[in-house]
Amino acid sequence: MTAVLPGRPVGGRLVDQFEYGLDAPICLTWELTYACNLACVHCLSSSGRRDPRELSTAEAERVIDELQRMQVFYVNVGGGEPTVRPDFWHLLDYAVGHDVGVKFSTNGIKLSKARAAQLARTDYVDVQISLDGATAEVNDRVRGAGSFATATRALENLAEAGMRDMKVSVVVTRENAGQLDAFKALTDSYGAQLRLTRLRPSGRGADVWGSLHPTQAQQRNLYQWLLAHGENVLTGDSFFHLSAFGEALPGLNLCGAGRVVCLIDPVGDVYACPFAIHENFLAGNVRHEGGFQKVWQESELFADLRSPQTGGACTKCAHFDACRGGCMAAKFFTGLPLDGPDPECVQGYGETALAARDGGRAAPKSSLDHSHTGPVRGQPTLLGLPAMPPAKICEESPLVGLDGCTT
Amino acid sequence: MAPPPETTAVVFDAALPWQRARAVALRPEPFGALVYSFATRKLSFLKSKQLVTVVQTLADHPSATAAIEASGVPETQRAAYVKALADLARSHMIEERTSVPPTTRELAAGPCAEAGNP
Repeated sequence: MTAVLPGRPVGGRLVDQFEYGLDAPICLTWELTYACNLACVHCLSSSGRRDPRELSTAEAERVIDELQRMQVFYVNVGGGEPTVRPDFWHLLDYAVGHDVGVKFSTNGIKLSKARAAQLARTDYVDVQISLDGATAEVNDRVRGAGSFATATRALENLAEAGMRDMKVSVVVTRENAGQLDAFKALTDSYGAQLRLTRLRPSGRGADVWGSLHPTQAQQRNLYQWLLAHGENVLTGDSFFHLSAFGEALPGLNLCGAGRVVCLIDPVGDVYACPFAIHENFLAGNVRHEGGFQKVWQESELFADLRSPQTGGACTKCAHFDACRGGCMAAKFFTGLPLDGPDPECVQGYGETALAARDGGRAAPKSSLDHSHTGPVRGQPTLLGLPAMPPAKICEESPLVGLDGCTT
Repeated sequence: MAPPPETTAVVFDAALPWQRARAVALRPEPFGALVYSFATRKLSFLKSKQLVTVVQTLADHPSATAAIEASGVPETQRAAYVKALADLARSHMIEERTSVPPTTRELAAGPCAEAGNP
């Protein structure tokens, strides 16, 4: 059991309890492989090539056994592209058979009609198809040519197989922020559920964050849109920094890193959060004695993260209670101090902090990079190869509503 | 498979027998417990250890009221506990017990076999 840290309050608000950590994570992300058929420009884990040290089938089974013992109710499985692991379907069955539910994210490459039918028959499995544009034009610029077609074919197969409530998972960017209604309509047409998450400057995301993160006006629109749609649209508690606009969004509204959330990466390293693949946030490895449980319950890093923040610029802000200072990874990978404002602080303090950064000091970068070294089929065009299409969404996509064009 | 839509409104009557729903797992935590429904994929929080005891022992008592009384909840707090159970019923975390005592579970060992409730 976790040693109860001194000072844990009895009763009171849950958010205060969660800051002190839990005996096991609520929300555990497990990236099964760094291999991926795509080369998305904003990949949070810089995936592409498999790492030769990735956990074997037997090792992955042992992790699942441990999660069962710790009563981790479900894992969010990702990658890389998890379905390219030859033992993916076996591990899926193994987890479900051991009372660990699986929510997996995929670009849809392996979701044939037969696999869709298999998934529709399996209890305790949720599927998330990644899509970063409501149209092929917007999506493929970021995720690569043909990736929109792959994702929508997977959605068709799932819908046809009778799967209900699969998720369409969207990273909100400057280029797709005007497509929220279009995303909702697309998702509804498959009987799926929309999930919006925040773009972080993690992995290759650091290279494109400056040009792809939503503008302040887009953030405000997104906030109002999320309030209007309530719990019908999932966010993975991703946009809690937007709560500083006024009303709290549904969810826990705190940084869960090391407290209620963590990441197991393909080689078994445990990081505080999926967006924090960097040695500063590395807590241990599941291969070491004591396994995952020991890392979660005894790592010094996680103990640190479970001490509530008491200092720093943000604690003096009137909105601190709403946003709790925002996203740790977003601050870290933009070179901002962890006890200061989020770079996308809706009160504008982030912009000020970004402008005041020491120009001579580069933002920290992860030493891990599994990106493809050569061209892949369906290269994203955002980075300029081939020639950049017009930058404005409206010029590319006649299907985007007027709302998208006026912002 | 996708979770069933929550369309049926649950009316909570504390005079009836209740139990933790069969597709629900409970994990003790320092502040109380987490409860997770594998059917609806919803997570809830039991914010006191006494509420955890009440939920755990619902199945051993002829009514929810009896479970609350047996758990030693002070009389002044009982209304709050009835309200908490009503919320759990609405979110399908507890269900009305039709046959006593319940013996079958939807899940195998693991999440449901926590300490004190073999």
